[in-house]
Amino acid sequence: MIISELKPLPEILSFLQKERKIFIVGCKGCAEVCQTGDEPQVLEMERQLEKAGKKITGYCVVDFLCDKALIKTMLLPHENEIDAADSLLVMTCGVGVQATAAVVNKLVHPAANTLNIGGTAGTWRGSERCRECGDCVLDLTGGICPLTECAKWLINGPCGGAKNGRCEVEPDVRPCGWHLIYDRLKQLGQLDRMRIAGSIVKNYARMEPPKRLRSSLMWAMEQKDTGA
Amino acid sequence: MTLKEKLQKGKFVVTAEIGPPKGVDISEFNENAELLKNRVDAVNCTDQQSAVMRLGSLASCHLLKEKGIEPVFQMTCRDRNRIALQSDLLSAYVMGIENVLCLTGDYVTLGDHPDAKPVFDLDSVSLLHAARQLEQGKDLAGRELHGVPKFFLGATVAPSADPVEPQLIKMERKVKAGAQFFQTQAVYEPKAFESFMKQAKKFGVPVLVGIVVLKSAGMARFMNKNVAGIYVPDNLIQEMEKADSKLDKGVEIAARLINEVKGMCQGAHIMSIGLEAKVPAILDAAKL
Repeated sequence: MIISELKPLPEILSFLQKERKIFIVGCKGCAEVCQTGDEPQVLEMERQLEKAGKKITGYCVVDFLCDKALIKTMLLPHENEIDAADSLLVMTCGVGVQATAAVVNKLVHPAANTLNIGGTAGTWRGSERCRECGDCVLDLTGGICPLTECAKWLINGPCGGAKNGRCEVEPDVRPCGWHLIYDRLKQLGQLDRMRIAGSIVKNYARMEPPKRLRSSLMWAMEQKDTGA
Repeated sequence: MTLKEKLQKGKFVVTAEIGPPKGVDISEFNENAELLKNRVDAVNCTDQQSAVMRLGSLASCHLLKEKGIEPVFQMTCRDRNRIALQSDLLSAYVMGIENVLCLTGDYVTLGDHPDAKPVFDLDSVSLLHAARQLEQGKDLAGRELHGVPKFFLGATVAPSADPVEPQLIKMERKVKAGAQFFQTQAVYEPKAFESFMKQAKKFGVPVLVGIVVLKSAGMARFMNKNVAGIYVPDNLIQEMEKADSKLDKGVEIAARLINEVKGMCQGAHIMSIGLEAKVPAILDAAKL
């Protein structure tokens, strides 16, 4: 299972600053268990966003948002609502955000941070999609994770090492992650996201499971089981 | 006058680079330094170039400084986290080293310790930001410093990258983060460089054009195939192929390129890669 938690509402609203019409995507997998992106949370988000002056064109809660084929099928009846939206807000782990970005030709925003993989990973097995960094940056990068797609985990743009769009580390098998991000943002007319002022200094302390999780009953039981 | 002062005065500057040795025999390093002394305005010391473990860049800069050569301290983010990087910036300053070229760094698998754990806690942009923060009296954690350093911060850009737009976007971010000068990846096409400079001009920072001396047609083809952000056009490859003395031809081409782009930028950065001895000949040929 993948553990996620919702980002604070002001951060989510900051992502949506330039947009008014939003389509919300939830998930009945891990995000349901974590109460991040099940129907009640989606409906609550709809209320909050409408209170903030947004128009929700529709929503869809997919059984497993890490399954790209399933997303396509589930979103099909919502085509018009998605077309009418400026962007999509995805209330799941980073894998769900990236899976949605991969099948929908619209800007996607993450509503949650992914904290850790509490067991089995999702069903998008093609490659590692989320490092559970606890501080999701997919909003800036068009739904493509620079921590997994870039060998150097760069978050402030491409290094000088890519040649013909291929990564210097394994050019035969690996595209430059920032090339993918650039192409995607360009296609969406969102290149300004690469131009944000200054630099991001990543908070790697967030990669540790948060205190809240460590003080949970589940955690305490595990400690007891292992005698740690 | 320092490199910074010369650039501020509008002088066309020339920088070169020396790769520190693998080991502690610094005799060749010293010889190369003597060759460059009084011929160039500053000398870069590379930081574990190509991810190959060698004598450190900071110690090498200190050696240059002792000889009266102005060093440019190259720093990559591959091998040190933010604690070590900030500490080395402070160390550089107390040794009188103020020019710092901030780089992300080649990946570990490109070098001779491919099993190493890569760091990349910061990157070129956030390293510039960290240095700028130190100059304002605070570290990245917001703690106050006792005594504040001052730097002349540099960064790199690849004018011949295809597409060039991501390079320009990152250049802009580097400027916003604190970059005060740029040394570019090798340039072989004056026309393409001219159009790059037209777009880079708006950032208002001096650009030193990167010059890599060609040693053979094979080297040019190798770079075209394997080295990021470099493109050697066919006419130069043919010129190299036909030349009797490849080395003399390489020097001639380097000098010609400098002269062709001189009016477009604020200086030249000559990366001789083992041919430090040829730098004076290039400068003579370019009448610099």
